[in-house]
Amino acid sequence: MQTALFVLLVAVAGTSGEMFVSRAMKSIGEVTSFRPEAIARVVVRALASAWMWAGLGMMALAFFSLLVLLSGANVSFVVPVTALSYVMAALGGRFFLGEHVNANRWLGVCLVCAGVALVWAG
Amino acid sequence: MPSGQHLRGQQLRGKTATMIVLMVVFGSAGDTLMGKGMRAVGPPATWSLAPVVTFLVQAAGSRAVWMGFASLLLFFLSYMLVLTWADFSYVLPASAASFAVVPLLGHFFLGEEVSPVRWAGVTLIALGVWLVGNTQPRTTPSTPPGTTDAEPASEAPVTAASAKGD
Repeated sequence: MQTALFVLLVAVAGTSGEMFVSRAMKSIGEVTSFRPEAIARVVVRALASAWMWAGLGMMALAFFSLLVLLSGANVSFVVPVTALSYVMAALGGRFFLGEHVNANRWLGVCLVCAGVALVWAG
Repeated sequence: MPSGQHLRGQQLRGKTATMIVLMVVFGSAGDTLMGKGMRAVGPPATWSLAPVVTFLVQAAGSRAVWMGFASLLLFFLSYMLVLTWADFSYVLPASAASFAVVPLLGHFFLGEEVSPVRWAGVTLIALGVWLVGNTQPRTTPSTPPGTTDAEPASEAPVTAASAKGD
């Protein structure tokens, strides 16, 4: 039961953390210069976004939940969590970030999900 | 004659592909170096304060851990930058290429055995990344670059624009 809770935390907190970071970065607008000072300004702007901190907080929560799980003996949960994170990302992109996920992208996401599961399991 | 919009699309694909390659390279290198450093240090004897502090001090003394940390920072920076213009639902599956690249590198450079199940996984990931890579990197309206203080709205210069399509 406790393990299931931490697995859920790793999956949900990890994916939502990345979505929040994505939201923060989208709001900054497309980077067109890759000079160090321009990149530094983008990082500073990102760190001023509440979404960025919410995202980093969720990712930290996922990371520590993962550490708790890894301290236990059974690590078989890693496979479904890692693989499903791609499907959750597509869902989050569609419903939280308003992206258009077309049939090809869905198919690609499902293949990646199955492929990652096989690579882990093999 | 390719239209301006077509060129812009090509440019967007090019710089997205470049950033994803950087993510795959720095992410894989970071994970590998961090894993190597941490394995050399070994886990803390118990999860109480003193052994954990000793563990952290030992980890901080490891060159591999620092190099891994630096690689992971560069990975996250590439990730942040690419998300300023590309879809999250494009970047994440495309960056899964690292799961295919690591077994391939292990096989061809280190002579590691790759099981048939893993080969099947690598093939599926490659197909999936190819499919996702053929969709539009951005499907949401872009925030005009002028609204950021990254740079005045000059057309993508220097480094990233040189890459090929997918």
